[in-house]
Amino acid sequence: MFDIIVQLAASFIASAGFGVLFNAPKKSLIPCGLVGMLGWILFYTLREFHVDIVAATTFAAILVSILSQVCSRILKRPIIIFTVSGIIPLVPGGVAYNAMRNFVENDYNTAIQLSAQVMLLAGGIAIGLMFSQVINQIMMKLQKTKP
Amino acid sequence: MSKQSVTVEKICLLAGKIMLASGAETYRVEDTMDRIAQSYGVENPQSYATLTGLHFSLDYTESSYFLRITKRATDLHKIDDVNQLSREIVAYQLPLETAYHKLKTLEKNVPTFSLSFQVLAATLVSGCFSLMFGGTWADFLPACLAGSIGYSTMILFDKMIEIRFLAEFIGSSFIGLTAAICFLLGFGGSLEMIIIGAVMPLVPGLPITNAIRDLMAGHLVSGVSKGIESLLTAVAIGAGIAMVYGFFPV
Repeated sequence: MFDIIVQLAASFIASAGFGVLFNAPKKSLIPCGLVGMLGWILFYTLREFHVDIVAATTFAAILVSILSQVCSRILKRPIIIFTVSGIIPLVPGGVAYNAMRNFVENDYNTAIQLSAQVMLLAGGIAIGLMFSQVINQIMMKLQKTKP
Repeated sequence: MSKQSVTVEKICLLAGKIMLASGAETYRVEDTMDRIAQSYGVENPQSYATLTGLHFSLDYTESSYFLRITKRATDLHKIDDVNQLSREIVAYQLPLETAYHKLKTLEKNVPTFSLSFQVLAATLVSGCFSLMFGGTWADFLPACLAGSIGYSTMILFDKMIEIRFLAEFIGSSFIGLTAAICFLLGFGGSLEMIIIGAVMPLVPGLPITNAIRDLMAGHLVSGVSKGIESLLTAVAIGAGIAMVYGFFPV
């Protein structure tokens, strides 16, 4: 239980902090942090239940993109402000780092396996981001067809 | 239209330039330029944006205007402001002069977070990420220290050197160095977790997401070039860390 609270606090601070690094408008820092926190908690919980890491990343990215869409609608700000800070925790930094390290240590077999995993994870994030755009387009089409 | 010097294409190009230089997605840039032009009664505006340059013409048989983008940074606040201004222009049909002046002032003075606050944010981000990626509390402070040193070095060298990737390389090698020293002195539980956390403020998050969004929107040229940009940054960070590993076989 304590673990979850630490993760919630850490992911909120990390996402909002990234908002500061990218000079996001002050009023959008808290929504940025919330989007990042919810995405990360979904990822973390799925990982606790031993869901595959690629699937967990994809689901979390889908959640992040839906939440960003909602935030950008409500606050009338470009969606990119929210997706960037939300997606950052899901970027496979750790795996990429391990791949790089194995390359340096001349263990090419492990390094290439890890690189392939990085590619898959990046693909998962891409699918997640695409998802919100598809929903957005469908919504727009539905609104247009209504009289 | 009191003065002939301010024209629709000038406003469109300026708005596009500010957005591109702040790291907006190219499809958003083109969309904004088209909307502004349409609100001034241009029926068939043609805009084409890439990472390094902008084209705009009022019609496809008119002569086309070109603007070169040399400096790129990440500034979500400016993107947001241009976005708001373009909504205003579309809604209220601002006079050309006013719109141009608003864009000019917007380009120069947008509030930014102070440098010390940015470094503080980078410090907290590093520590929090090392906790999130499976580090223990023992890794928290070393990660904070390495992250703040790495980020400040990157900012410092980015101002001195023209080549961005070199600044990132130097920043990440300082991270590796600090983390290795902390670890050898007995602080921190695992060197890996310290480095992974501390490297996060340098990770090219905006180019990665932009690359994906541009590719999905069908802007293949910008998407691929942004992807290459973020790949180069990732390689620079990795090489910086790898160099430290070469010197200190921890």
